[in-house]
Amino acid sequence: MKTLGQFGPSTSSGQAFGGCYVSELLIPVLSEVEAAFLRYKDDPVFQKELHDLLRDFAGRPTPITELSTLSKEFGCRIVLKREDLLHGGAHKTNNVIGQALLAKRMGKKELIAETGAGQHGVATAMAGALFNLPVKIFMGAKDMKRQHPNVQRMKLFGAEVISVDSGSQSLKDAINDALRYWTAHSKDTYYVFGTVAGPHPFPSLVAYFQRVIGDEARAQCLERYGKLPHTVCACVGGGSNAIGVFKAFIDDAEVQLVGVEPAGEGIETGKHGAALGMGRPGSLHGSYSYCLQDEDGQIQEAHSISAGLDYPGVGPEHSFLKDIHRARYVSITDQEAVAAFLLLTKKEGIIPALEASHAIAAAQKIAPSLQKEDILLVNLSGRGDKDIDHVLHYLQNHAA
Amino acid sequence: MLPNPYAEALKKNGKALFVPFAVLGDPNKKQSIHIIQTLIENGADALELGLPFSDPPADGPVIQAADVRALQSGIKIDDCFDILEEVRSRTDIPIGLLVYYNLVLQRGIEKFYEDCSRVGVNSVLIADLPLEHATEAVRIAKEYKIAPVFLVSEVTTEERLKRIADIAEGYLYVVSYLGVTGVTDAVMEDKIRVTIQHARKYTTLPLIVGFGINTSEQIKAIVRAGADGVIVASRIAREIPENLKAIPALCAELASAIPHIAEYESTVK
Repeated sequence: MKTLGQFGPSTSSGQAFGGCYVSELLIPVLSEVEAAFLRYKDDPVFQKELHDLLRDFAGRPTPITELSTLSKEFGCRIVLKREDLLHGGAHKTNNVIGQALLAKRMGKKELIAETGAGQHGVATAMAGALFNLPVKIFMGAKDMKRQHPNVQRMKLFGAEVISVDSGSQSLKDAINDALRYWTAHSKDTYYVFGTVAGPHPFPSLVAYFQRVIGDEARAQCLERYGKLPHTVCACVGGGSNAIGVFKAFIDDAEVQLVGVEPAGEGIETGKHGAALGMGRPGSLHGSYSYCLQDEDGQIQEAHSISAGLDYPGVGPEHSFLKDIHRARYVSITDQEAVAAFLLLTKKEGIIPALEASHAIAAAQKIAPSLQKEDILLVNLSGRGDKDIDHVLHYLQNHAA
Repeated sequence: MLPNPYAEALKKNGKALFVPFAVLGDPNKKQSIHIIQTLIENGADALELGLPFSDPPADGPVIQAADVRALQSGIKIDDCFDILEEVRSRTDIPIGLLVYYNLVLQRGIEKFYEDCSRVGVNSVLIADLPLEHATEAVRIAKEYKIAPVFLVSEVTTEERLKRIADIAEGYLYVVSYLGVTGVTDAVMEDKIRVTIQHARKYTTLPLIVGFGINTSEQIKAIVRAGADGVIVASRIAREIPENLKAIPALCAELASAIPHIAEYESTVK
């Protein structure tokens, strides 16, 4: 390893966030990924190929949309960054195309990935079809049930979907199983990690491929409004869409950054996924970062209506941004997220993913503190077609 | 260098060590002590014991299930140290701990090793703590006279092997082989021989082989390949909790598979 990808140190523990807390057996392949990343990230031929694919295959740049009705209702300019319009239906495509290109360059013969909501699995399966590489997707058995349409899409792309029956049968267990498989098959296999968590170099590498969201949005705001947003808001599970949109604004000290974690059934019930809000730093899935854990350090299960936010950990850069007070992190309940889902659908004609619905709900709460002309940029990380059954079911069970 | 109980056991034993593994608290505190006692009575030359962890990616599904059983019985890390203390009162053989780093961090690195020392643990392998991050833990371990153990495998580079050999004590945990399921014992023996010979160039520590070892034939092959010991984990954990009665005979059979030096030295060149 050339570096350890550390952020920090943490103000509470004095230990740096991030790092590479994995078995010795994974060090060689992670070093190999790091070397390839360092080599190609500034390589003009690689960059051109990536850029062309993002434009011609994925549909970048995605537009920004100022909401006509909700801007009036909320009291400031609500501007969405439309990652829901990206091919595949979510921001995950940015990262997957980048990593699949890297895997090709490294001569790997197979892609594997973990998935929670299925969006990252779908994106990886899609990249496998595009690059003609076989794909294995590890998915919690519980998630396979609640995200059935995405399972079908992955299979249609030709991927093998492996049901993970261990532990809580959700995202964290899918990561454990993918890491196990990779340990045993690292020679020919590339692990397309889905978010800005995990061992170094993944937090840096995924952030690098996702920062296109913020780079575009920043330029689009300047071009259209002649000024930067007052606040940038994004949902945080592992945190890749949030880091992707935050990165471009981190040096703009006047721009407020707000990450939105899932409060699930309510923070007070204990059934939530607010790792930054309620957790404390620990080592999970290869990096040191905030996570939900008991006093012994056993990792606790997260709870959210949104499978994509149902993760007890969070990317280490978010832990760092929290500790240095550059970003603040709030939380939104299942109920608030569903209300925002319906609001955007009915008032603006856009069906948001339940993940991104958390950011919309937070925007509604933040907006009153802004002036009418201020821009509140919300990263709409994905579209919500996959969630329709789930939302209808929720409404049936929670009818007042 | 600390006195090395593994090297001493090896010398005293006159043949490779049989090292059964169990998860502390699996399936509960009381039965766990009983199971470990069974291992001691049926041929264990050393014990490798794991602290149960909720997210153990370096272990296979059988050990993860053992972790889950232990945690579901309500086991806390304090209980695990109670079990260790009880086990130490019953035996003098080396006791190694296999742990994940978050459990060490949350207890406090200093307190963790202090507790290990208090209950008579001899070595600690932190499964997800590679060299890069190990400096502090190794320093504190040695202060408390606990041997820091590291993993090596067929993919460990020469440069890393040297660095590992410089700081490791107790023994090196040699990972049998990676990702080749269903290979013959002969193929496995050849692969392990290469890894062992590679490691042997840099260290005089005992080389103990683990991961996926289930049969007497495999144990024989691994000892022929030059191993100083064999760790058997999943094969034993699989009998918990339904088939506890099978463990004594199973353990005795696997232990007796370790050949005497005279039996295999003639077959190696």
